[in-house]
Amino acid sequence: MWRLLSVTDTRAPHSPPVFDIDGSWRLNPQVALRGEAFGALAYHYGTRRLIFLKSRPLVDLVSSLDRYASAAEAIAALIPVPERADYGRALARLAASEVIDAH
Amino acid sequence: MPTENGRPTLKERFTRGLDAPICLTWELTYACNLACVHCLSSSGRRDPRELTPAEARQIVDDLAAMKVFYVNIGGGEPMMRPDFFDLVGYAVDSKVGVKFSTNGTRLTAERARRLAAMDYLDVQVSLDGALASTNDAVRGEGSFAAARTAMDNLAAAGFGPFKISVVVTKENATQLDAFSAIAESYGAQLRLTRFRPSGRGVDSWEALHPTADQQRMLYHWLLEHPDVLTGDSFFHLSALGQPLDGLNLCGAGRVVCLIDPVGDVYACPFVIDQEFLAGNVRNAGGFAEVWQHSDLFTSLRQPQSAGACASCGSYDACQGGCMAAKFFTGLPLDGPDPECVFGHGEAALASREVRPRSEVGHSKVDPSGIRIPVPTPVRFRSPAHASR
Repeated sequence: MWRLLSVTDTRAPHSPPVFDIDGSWRLNPQVALRGEAFGALAYHYGTRRLIFLKSRPLVDLVSSLDRYASAAEAIAALIPVPERADYGRALARLAASEVIDAH
Repeated sequence: MPTENGRPTLKERFTRGLDAPICLTWELTYACNLACVHCLSSSGRRDPRELTPAEARQIVDDLAAMKVFYVNIGGGEPMMRPDFFDLVGYAVDSKVGVKFSTNGTRLTAERARRLAAMDYLDVQVSLDGALASTNDAVRGEGSFAAARTAMDNLAAAGFGPFKISVVVTKENATQLDAFSAIAESYGAQLRLTRFRPSGRGVDSWEALHPTADQQRMLYHWLLEHPDVLTGDSFFHLSALGQPLDGLNLCGAGRVVCLIDPVGDVYACPFVIDQEFLAGNVRNAGGFAEVWQHSDLFTSLRQPQSAGACASCGSYDACQGGCMAAKFFTGLPLDGPDPECVFGHGEAALASREVRPRSEVGHSKVDPSGIRIPVPTPVRFRSPAHASR
């Protein structure tokens, strides 16, 4: 399986948030995205982490999370069935690196 | 290069260049009150052509428009620029985060409090020895005490986890644990970077660069200390086995570059030489034009020849090493790094003919005419003068 994202800094955050796929999530307001041919660069101004989102659908998913009642609903609406588990895992990693947060 | 399911890997994408740099180094001034023997930019004298405050703000506007998330500010000593606080304030307000390097001599308690009050700003204080004697031999008498005072001021101001930045040399390579202890005592982060033979390093590299044994020790130490930052600078060591953390590629002109104090854009901070000059931000189109269309950067984004390294099984891991290290030691760019972990660089060094010497330099003139750099002692300004 090709990886959907790379996180440059592997240090664990102070309190890794638990990812609840049935909860409501959004792109962390402290994170800026810059579209690239491979997906997007994401930069967290708080943790100073640079994250590479390595697929366009992942960028669309992350950017539109706040329009859905839950992450699971967003995945169901935007991602084809065979890839949903991968995208769920990618969101969990993005939650752990605080790129997305519960709201 | 390997691909993932037929798509280009991230590394491939990066070697072909992006529309905007991931980050870049911006040296605000060539003025410096120290004269470190390994200064990558041969700093000392302010250049009269230095960018004006208005021109510097224009660069911030250009970077913000290109969505460059942060800039590494250096020099010279950036705090010697009279508009230093205005400029970094303007940058962070424009959402261009600032990571700046300082020798600490101007980092008074009052200025530490000003820095601590700013968002999106990181500070790294340079320290090249865990002992004053080791540090001062490279950075000048009194510079260790000055750097420690700056760290004390940052800690007292509640700045949070600042960085302590060390250039690894033959003399301090045995002090890595001691550097860690100093960083820990402040709750600071340790950052180690590679000593390149750039700037005044051209003259000090032979005597000061770490030995082959020290490089191997450093590689294992870095693997054991993943929390130590390296700015991706030791990727030549990844040929030893497990890759070090980071992108492990030369980003020069592809994902990084340098803007120097007069607006010249070079491929990276370690190649201030006509050969690697891509353009100037004062010309039409500004920085974006240079980044996106300069002949130099276009050619760096073409596939590069592995040359003499093509038959080495570790080429994918180290990519032949650092362009700047090869250039300034007089080695061909498509051959081994002078510090190649398999010793291929040493053989190449023995057979080289000439070493280039950059025409760009701002070292203070040494009246004795001695070319070997000697650090000057720190001269403190009176507190009244310094509290501007």
